[in-house]
Amino acid sequence: MTAGQAPAAPARATAWRPLLEVRGLCVDYGAGPDAVHAVAGADLTLHAGEVLGLAGESGSGKSTLAYAITRLLRAPGMITGGSVDYHPEPGRTVDLLAAGESGLRVLRWSQISVVMQSAMNALNPVLSIGSQLTDVLRAHQPALGKAGAQDRAAGLLAMVGISADRLGSHPHQLSGGMRQRVMIAMALALEPQIVIMDEPTTALDVVTQRDILEELMELRARLGFAVLFITHDLSLLIEIADSIAVMYAGRLVERADATALFRAPRHPYTLGLLRSFPALHGPRQHLTGIPGSPPDLRGLPAGCVFHPRCRYALDRCRTDAPALLPLAEDGGRLAACWLQHGAAAAPAELAVPAPGADLAAAPTVRTQP
Amino acid sequence: MTQLRLAGQPPATGTPLLEARNLTKHFDVHGAARRRSGRRALPQRRRPMAGAQGPSADSGPVVVHAVEDVSLALAEGQITAVVGESGSGKSTLARLLARLIKPTAGELLLGGRPVPPGRRDARGYARQVQMVLQDPFSSLNPVHDVRYHLSRPLRVHGLPTPGLSLDETIISLLERVALTPADQFIGKYPHELSGGQRQRVAIARALAVRPRVLLADEPVSMLDVSIRLGILNLLGDLRDTERLAILYITHDIASARYLADTIAVMYAGQIVEAGPAQAVTDDPAHPYTQLLLGAAPDPDRAEQAPGTSASRASRAGRRGTPPSLLAPPPGCRFHPRCPHAMAICAEAEPREFEVAGGHLSACWRHARDLDDAQAAPLLQLTPHRSAASTPLAPHHPHPTREET
Repeated sequence: MTAGQAPAAPARATAWRPLLEVRGLCVDYGAGPDAVHAVAGADLTLHAGEVLGLAGESGSGKSTLAYAITRLLRAPGMITGGSVDYHPEPGRTVDLLAAGESGLRVLRWSQISVVMQSAMNALNPVLSIGSQLTDVLRAHQPALGKAGAQDRAAGLLAMVGISADRLGSHPHQLSGGMRQRVMIAMALALEPQIVIMDEPTTALDVVTQRDILEELMELRARLGFAVLFITHDLSLLIEIADSIAVMYAGRLVERADATALFRAPRHPYTLGLLRSFPALHGPRQHLTGIPGSPPDLRGLPAGCVFHPRCRYALDRCRTDAPALLPLAEDGGRLAACWLQHGAAAAPAELAVPAPGADLAAAPTVRTQP
Repeated sequence: MTQLRLAGQPPATGTPLLEARNLTKHFDVHGAARRRSGRRALPQRRRPMAGAQGPSADSGPVVVHAVEDVSLALAEGQITAVVGESGSGKSTLARLLARLIKPTAGELLLGGRPVPPGRRDARGYARQVQMVLQDPFSSLNPVHDVRYHLSRPLRVHGLPTPGLSLDETIISLLERVALTPADQFIGKYPHELSGGQRQRVAIARALAVRPRVLLADEPVSMLDVSIRLGILNLLGDLRDTERLAILYITHDIASARYLADTIAVMYAGQIVEAGPAQAVTDDPAHPYTQLLLGAAPDPDRAEQAPGTSASRASRAGRRGTPPSLLAPPPGCRFHPRCPHAMAICAEAEPREFEVAGGHLSACWRHARDLDDAQAAPLLQLTPHRSAASTPLAPHHPHPTREET
């Protein structure tokens, strides 16, 4: 069983243990009847060393989900249900939602770090890069000493391709791409197991974006951290992620291996998103995008939240909300769609066989010894 | 001289609707950026002890070379895409074409006739050439409803449609941009509309004066992914049904390939490659276009083995950043980053060379008459540039910084 996956995914053949398990997470903004359910019952598992992509449009709740996982959510955001379990090592579990401030202080940055979208705002404009990097090191590793922290900061900068003489620079003296590199270096300073990246390259030009992503992937291969990569750019995720979860209106609607999701989507929203990105090759095809616009979270439609924009909607979709359930096929895929879980066969576009079925089956293989 | 005439124009129409000839725009630099640039130039220009008169006293005016000698023709019933990174001058080009700013040099021809300089007959020009801006969240006035936004251009230009009342004209405009049922949208305020609907209102406002040229500056980059295609398809329909000449400015080369008939690629204020859309994207001739295409997200690439020689080669050229437009490099502006740079690239600006029918590239590699010395590989290190080479990058005085 393991022979089939060896060439394509060497990293995946190694221990593929769950690192972060999110179950039924609900986040509301505000309270009472007017509360906006920004995240409704999200289930997500991040494995060690995995790049998990979280795709969704603005307002789909993808950033809220990330803030809730790291407990960075601020009022009026409130976690109203679910669990987030972090497994620092096999057999040990930390309940992140129950952890107190002091417990979180130990975990944050040393185990779970975050790269924000806007490095411009995330860096302190009046402090040098060096002092911001050493601040993190000296807070968590006081034994390192001043000189040791300086050396380590220089090493971190070198790791992301910035020469050590920039340690004395202030954020405004760096270009946008360099600032984002500094943020990545800072996030990796304590060699965390999990790095959460919230649209880390959205504000950058494509060439800089590609540069940073390649560096990031090299670092991941070397250091072995897991990445939760949040972006609206599904075509980018397909390139860099191992598996992808798609969010719509606060709900996870599909999760699959990146290649399987690209070649054989199972949810109509995923299909629509894929058809919203013009291709760089091949004959030019007329694309339609998705009709309508994303719903207002204050007044979500009944039943499946996607049904008003779905061309395959059944009667049942208007009344019953589908749950994110495993699909009958192999591959550890999940989808929240009555077309996949109902009695009738799914439309042809949503039933394309997944490429290399034995390869796509890797997620289920992984959990077995 | 980079003087690229865009190909792919229908020969039947003859003169393009709007033509730019050798447009150049330099922005004066004031304040800190000027002082800094002066200080930087100092050690190269004179001996250290002689620098008592102030930094830029002898170095002439300090300018940002935002757009340099760009020629472009917009033909009826054609979409021309201008693709480039932020700071490449593409938005400045759109503003020049809309006559929002005055060019430093060069001229505009509308329907084959030169446009007089200055603000004379600005309204008449605006009746022919309209612009759609990037951000529909700020380009519509939040205190006015859709009716007001669409009635303004009609009133300002005194353009009642014969036989139609003002409201009927507005409703027909809304129907043209597929905001239906139009009578429900006419009384709405911007905050009641989604991003895509707002951009449709902005397009309807541009269409109100029945222009022949539409300049769309990043019209979809602020919109959600799932609704971008709707706006792009609307622009495509306007080209086909109303024969508008459309300029589509974007940083997304995949969307340019999808929508445009011709693509012009801009780098550091110059057009480096232009031609039929598919020829440019499928068979890029200029190294910068190749770099841009190699960097664009491409799901198909995920299935190829990573780290292949092709991706490494493209990465070699990717190192570095666009040059400072205060002092662009001599010769080809891309040569410090170019993996194929030759001796001549650092000395002389490349002309346009035709690589195929209507497909032009401003790259010396396409010249056939170079001697051995000129074609010798330019020995250069392509180190990972530190910010020292682009001290102005964070607060560039360039007016196109807002696009990303």
